[in-house]
Amino acid sequence: MNSSVIVFPGSNCDRDIAVALKKLKFQNTMVWHKDTTLPKSDLIVIPGGFSYGDYLRSGAIAAKSNILKEVIKSANEGCLVLGICNGFQILTETGLLKGVLLRNKNLKFIGKDIYVKTINTDNKFCHKYAQNQVLKFNIAHNEGNYFTNPDHIKNLEDKNLIPFKYCDEKGNIDEKNNPNGSLNNIAGIFNDKKNILGMMPHPERMVDQIISSDDGINLFTSLLN
Amino acid sequence: MKITNAIVEKHGLKLEEYSKIKELLKREPNFLELGIFSAMWNEHCSYKSSRIHLKNLPTKGKQVIQGPGENAGVIDIGDDDAIIFKIESHNHPSYIEPYQGAATGVGGILRDVFTMGARPVALLNSIHFGSPYHPKTKTLLNGVVSGIGGYGNCIGVPTVAGETKFDSTYNENILVNAMAVGHANKNKIFYSKAKGLNKSVVYVGSKTGRDGIHGASMASAEFNENSEDKKPTVQVGDPFTEKLLMEACLELMKDESIISIQDMGAAGLTSSSVEMASKGELGIELHLDKVPCREENMTPYEMMLSESQERMLIILEDNKEKDAKKIFEKWDLDFVVIGKTTCTNNLTLKFKDKTVGEIPIDALASKAPLYDRKWTKTKLPEKNINIKDLKKIKLEDALLKILSLPNQSSKSWITEQFDQMVMADTAQRSGGDAAIIRINKKEKAIAVSVDSSSNYCKAHPLTGGKQIVCESWRNLISVGAKPIAITNCLNFGNPENPKIMGEFAECLIGLKEACEFLDYPVVSGNVSFYNGTNKKNIDPTPVIGGVGLIQDVKNKINHLLKKEGNIILQVGKTFGHLYQSVFFKEIYSITEGPPPDANLSNEKNNGQTVLKLINNKLITSAHDISSGGLILALVEMSLPSKYGLKIEKPQKLSNLMEFYFGEDQGRYLLEIEPENLQKVKKILNGNNIFNESVAVVQKNYFEMVGEFKINIIDLYKANNKWYNNY
Repeated sequence: MNSSVIVFPGSNCDRDIAVALKKLKFQNTMVWHKDTTLPKSDLIVIPGGFSYGDYLRSGAIAAKSNILKEVIKSANEGCLVLGICNGFQILTETGLLKGVLLRNKNLKFIGKDIYVKTINTDNKFCHKYAQNQVLKFNIAHNEGNYFTNPDHIKNLEDKNLIPFKYCDEKGNIDEKNNPNGSLNNIAGIFNDKKNILGMMPHPERMVDQIISSDDGINLFTSLLN
Repeated sequence: MKITNAIVEKHGLKLEEYSKIKELLKREPNFLELGIFSAMWNEHCSYKSSRIHLKNLPTKGKQVIQGPGENAGVIDIGDDDAIIFKIESHNHPSYIEPYQGAATGVGGILRDVFTMGARPVALLNSIHFGSPYHPKTKTLLNGVVSGIGGYGNCIGVPTVAGETKFDSTYNENILVNAMAVGHANKNKIFYSKAKGLNKSVVYVGSKTGRDGIHGASMASAEFNENSEDKKPTVQVGDPFTEKLLMEACLELMKDESIISIQDMGAAGLTSSSVEMASKGELGIELHLDKVPCREENMTPYEMMLSESQERMLIILEDNKEKDAKKIFEKWDLDFVVIGKTTCTNNLTLKFKDKTVGEIPIDALASKAPLYDRKWTKTKLPEKNINIKDLKKIKLEDALLKILSLPNQSSKSWITEQFDQMVMADTAQRSGGDAAIIRINKKEKAIAVSVDSSSNYCKAHPLTGGKQIVCESWRNLISVGAKPIAITNCLNFGNPENPKIMGEFAECLIGLKEACEFLDYPVVSGNVSFYNGTNKKNIDPTPVIGGVGLIQDVKNKINHLLKKEGNIILQVGKTFGHLYQSVFFKEIYSITEGPPPDANLSNEKNNGQTVLKLINNKLITSAHDISSGGLILALVEMSLPSKYGLKIEKPQKLSNLMEFYFGEDQGRYLLEIEPENLQKVKKILNGNNIFNESVAVVQKNYFEMVGEFKINIIDLYKANNKWYNNY
C-alpha cells in the first residue's frame, strides 16, 4: 500500500509516523509542503507538530499551502486521509472535516497517556479493533478540545462517524475522563464518506511494546486490508 | 563619545579591568569596543572567577570524544554513535521574564547540541523556586513550566526528565537549568575552531533585533529592587524558527561544506565570532551593513551585543556558498556572507565603509581577566542533637505529612505539560530514577537524569559536591545503565564573597574526587554566579546531568513493583543519618548538622554490583534511596505500580525514625522474586555488600507491621493533594 506523509517546516511527528508506516510494510514517501504534486497514494497522512509554528491559529496557514490543494483534491476523490493532532487541526481548517479544535479546557498543554474506546469500527481505519475496545494512546496538544454545532454532532453520532471517545481504563466515558473538554468526549471523527479521519491521539507512538504499547498497530493494519 | 567611569561601570566592568583594556589596546576603546569587552569579559562568558577551579575537574576518559571548551561535550557509545550533551543556566532572565527566560534557555541549549552535528533527542530541566507561598512563586512557576514546554513541545524534542524544588533560598532568585542531549555520528562532529584564510563567514537564521542586549552582563550581576527594569535584556524565543534552523543546519552538515560552526548564544555575534577566531588563531572581519536586521537604524553596538535567538555563524569551505544557500532558502531562513577570516588576529568591524572597531582577538579571549578569588573553607558541622530529646511523632503521621509537602508531592502537573513521547523513542519517561531514550532504529539506549542537593552542599560543600555525583551515578544504575559522563551547571552566589567562593571551590573539589573515583568525567558545563538579590545569596546548587548507556533497551528496569510476594531487599547499610534530612527539616525544622557522608568506595562497589544483578536479570525492579530515606523510597516504588508493601521492622532497631528516614548514601532497593533471593544475596555477600530484606510486595495496603496500614489509594491522595489546592 502506498502512503504519503506531508511534511511542513514545523511538523515534528513526521519521522515517527514514517517509522511506524515502514514497520507495518507501507511503501511510504515524504512529501514537502511546497510541492505541487502528490505521488500516487492510497493513504495520505498529515502528521502532528506545529506546521508553520501554529501562529495565527493551529493549522490555519498549513490549510492554505501548495500541497494541501492536492490533498483536498485526492480526498474528494476518495483517497484515505489520516490527520493526527496538528493534522486533525489542519483538516478542520481546510473544511474537509467539520468543527474546530479549541484550546484545552484547562488552558494548558497536555502531554500524557489516555484511554479511548472504539465506538465505531465499521470503517477502513478501525475494522481490526473490536467494538468497545479500550486502547491506551498518547496525547500531546494545546488545542484538542473538539467543538461543533448541535446538528453536526447529531450527524456524527447518528451516522457512526466517531471512531474514538476518551474514557477511563475500564471504558467509562464521562466528563472526568475527558482530558481536553471535547464535546461528547470525542477523540477523533470521520467525514460522511469515512475516508478522512482526524484524531488528536497519536497512534504512531503506540506501535512498540518496548517504548509504550502496541495499541496503535491495528489502526495501520486495518488500512492494509 | 568620551568613556567615563560611569559608562565603564554601567557595562559591568571594574575600573581596574578598564585600565587593563587600555593597556591591551594601547589606547582608549571607543563605545562599541567597550561594549564588546564588557560582553566578553563578564563572568558569564569569561569564567574569570571559576576557570582556575574548573581546570581541576577530570574531563578525560576512554569514552570521551570532546570535553569542556566546545559548545557541548561528546561521548562515544559504541559503533558510530556519539552522544552530545550539555546543561546550561538561564536563571537571571527567567526571574525577570519567566516564560521567555525559560523558553530561550531551552532554545540556547538545543543550539549548543545541534551546532555540533547532533539531532537533539531529549531535554531535561532542573528548576528551583522560592517558597510556594512567596507572592512571586506561582507566577514564576507557571511561566517557567509553560516556557520550557512551549519551546520543547513545538520544536519536537521530548522533555523526559527533571526536578522541581521549592526553598525560600530561591525567593528572589530562581534557578532554571536546561539540559539537551543529542545523537550524532561520531565521524561527523562539528567544532567551532576556524581554519583557513579568506574563508566566508556566514550568518544564518533569524534576523537581529534589539532584544537581549547585554543579557550576559545582566547575568553577571546580582539583582536589586530595579531588576524589573532589565526586562528588555531578556531575549524572545521562537521555537518554530529554531526548528527550521535545526533542520537546515543538519541538512547542510550532510556534506563537507562546513569548516566550523558556532551558535550565537550569550553575547551573540560578538562571542561567536571571537570564539571561532580565537580557537583558530585567526582574525575575523565582519561587515555589519550586511547583518540581517529586524529593526531599522540598528547601530554596530546593538548588532554586536544583541542576543536575538535562533542565529548561527558558519565558516564555509570555498565554493560552497551556492549549495548551502539553497538549503537555507528551502527552510525560509536568512543566509548572508557577512565577513571573512583574516591573518590579522584582530576582530575587525566595518560599517558604512569605515572601520568602526578593531580589537586583538586574544585581548578578548585568552587575555581576559582571570581571578584567583579569596575563599574560605567550611568546617564539617557538629552533630548536636539527640533524637531521644525530640518530641515524639508517629511514623505514619510523619510519612503522610512529608508525602503531601510541595517538594515531595507528585509533579505530574508539571510533566503533563511536556511532550515526553515525540520522536517515539522514549522508553522511560519522567518519574523514575532516570529517563531512557532508545537510539533511533537501534537496540541500545541512553539513560539521562538531573540531580541537585543544595542543602547538603550548603552544610558542607565538599561532601555535598561528592554526594551529588554519587546520586547521579546511582540514578543511572537504577534503570540498568552504565554511567558514562556528566555535565554540570554550577549555580552559586556572589564569587566576590570569600564564603561563597569557598562553597564553589569546595563543591568542585568534591565533584572532582567523586568523578575521578567513579570514572565519571565532566564533559561540559556552565557556571552561574551572582545568584542573589541585594547581597542575599542562594544556597550553593550544583546541578549534575548524567548520561549512561544501556546496551540493549530490553534490559531496562524501573522502580515499579511487579508482583505480589516479591521481596524488597535493601542494598547498602543504614546508619540512620538524620541531619540535613527531609525528616529533620520538615518535622522538626532542624536544618543544622552535617550532610550524610559520601563513601566513594561503597558507592562504586554497590553500584557496580547492582548493575551486574540487573544485567543478569536477577531483579525485577530497582530504586535508589535518596532524600526522604528508606520509607520514601518504598512509597515511590509502591505508588505508581498500584501494589502495596508489607514492611517488616528489623529485629535489632535502635530508632525507628533513624532507620526509615535516615539519608545514608550508597543504598538501593531491589525487588526480587523469592526463588532468586539466595542467588542475589550470595552475589552481594560475595562482594562484601551489606543487604537486608525490608518488605514484601502485597496488594492494596502500604503497611508496617505493628505501626500502620494505609490503603494505597489514600497514599496516592496524600501525594497528589498539594497541587490541587495550590
